[in-house]
Amino acid sequence: MAEQKVLMKGNEAIAEAAIRAGCKCFFGYPITPQTELAEYMAKRMPKTEGGVFLQAESEVAAINMVMGAAAAGVRVMTSSSSPGISLKSEGISYIIGCDLPCVIVNIQRGGPGLGGIQAAQSDYFQATRALGHGDSYAVVLAPSEIQEMVTLTAKAFDIADKYRTPVMILGDGAMGQMMEPVVLPEPSDAEKIEKTWATSGHGNKREHNVVNSLYIEPNVLENIVKERFERYATIKKEETLYEEYMTEDADIVIAAFGITARIAKNAIKAAREQGIKAGLIRPITLWPFPDEVFAKVADTAKAFLCVEMNMGQMLEDVKLAVNGKKPVSFFGRTGGVVPTPREILAEIVKLSQEVK
Amino acid sequence: MAYNCNILLAGFGGQGILFTGKLLAKCAMELEKEVTWMPSYGPEMRGGTANCSVIVSDERIGSPIVVEPDILMAMNLPSLDKFENSVVPGGTIIVDSSLISRKVERDDVNVVYIPATQMANENGLKGLANVIMAAKIVHTSAFIDYDKFKDVIRAMVPAKKAHLLEPNLKAADLGYNF
Repeated sequence: MAEQKVLMKGNEAIAEAAIRAGCKCFFGYPITPQTELAEYMAKRMPKTEGGVFLQAESEVAAINMVMGAAAAGVRVMTSSSSPGISLKSEGISYIIGCDLPCVIVNIQRGGPGLGGIQAAQSDYFQATRALGHGDSYAVVLAPSEIQEMVTLTAKAFDIADKYRTPVMILGDGAMGQMMEPVVLPEPSDAEKIEKTWATSGHGNKREHNVVNSLYIEPNVLENIVKERFERYATIKKEETLYEEYMTEDADIVIAAFGITARIAKNAIKAAREQGIKAGLIRPITLWPFPDEVFAKVADTAKAFLCVEMNMGQMLEDVKLAVNGKKPVSFFGRTGGVVPTPREILAEIVKLSQEVK
Repeated sequence: MAYNCNILLAGFGGQGILFTGKLLAKCAMELEKEVTWMPSYGPEMRGGTANCSVIVSDERIGSPIVVEPDILMAMNLPSLDKFENSVVPGGTIIVDSSLISRKVERDDVNVVYIPATQMANENGLKGLANVIMAAKIVHTSAFIDYDKFKDVIRAMVPAKKAHLLEPNLKAADLGYNF
């Protein structure tokens, strides 16, 4: 029998996938274009065993509830859209400082400020560089199909638990709102990693656990930060993900993530029909960034074209990874404007004439 | 050549534009094709118009946004004004002629005029003009067998709302046979 496919919005698919991955607590605050995620959780979570849905009084409250549940060893998630993520920033830094696992979803909209409500990718810098203050990173996953939202949501919880780190799923308004058929995994009944560090109560049977991000003594804090960066190095080695699409013989290689990557694929097909050898590298983990594949492809490609729904953010990572071997140019739309395949094709054609 | 059909559905909020898209998307799933459904959710929706992109394909779908539709369903004048020129040459425009009094100006597209809203009202099917229109899309494009289309409608009406099934099927018949 064929696997059962269901038609779901990206927002709903993340919510259902989280529940099936053993997420027991969801804390959030409504904001377009993410609201269906919380709405779905409100309906489903109370019907699952031990499931808690709570609409907090603010994003700040929600992220601090996430910290509490994570400290107690529970699989926990929050979701928001760009301005709401900024509000969560302090809490995210505390969660990193406490080495707590959780999943944070950002269904991006245009910014800065309240910006707009249409799809954007302009929180790339925030997600990969500065989710919170301090020497800190979080793993950032960028799905480009609804099915991938499902698989990456499960993966997000696993990575979070394995490395005791927040993991962000970075979507956008288009990915959140669109529907595609998906196959959902069977619910995983147990959390795979035992959380011996959790502050979950023990009836005086062991030494008590402490979850804390305050270290007054500089040498102590330095050591803790360095230990965390060793974990970051392991994450980079073990968890980096990307997709290569028609790069083998490509002269022009597009770099794009999320919704933009799938739009770029239309342009690449059209370019190839015109005899232009185009290809795509799609980072799936934005942090850690897949440097090595760019370095490898830079040996054979003639030029790179970074396409984003912002003014050029991942562009900097692409340039660092290509490291001057080949020219890197940029095409972007911002403010909630989604590029069309035709616009991207025009950039490919222009670039192919320049590098001939 | 691989099958690929870009459908744009447009009208007022409340006409069931998004539901129509979902109905067609479920038809595509029934045919085991790739499909994407993408609603407008922005300022235009808040201003009263709604539109929805549905792409049906044999291949994995890139952009989910329909810019140049093969089929345009227009259920109000602003939608026809806005999207008429974007339809590909040889494409199809299906017009609810009870709500849009003007004719399509282009002569390089197929046009179907169907007074769906009036038909719905006259047959006690208020609010089901969208299903009449969807059935007309199925009839015109032949993208799914009509019996299968009705099966999809049956599967979409939840048990709690079983009383809505007959009106929906009646609306489909009206549209398909028009």
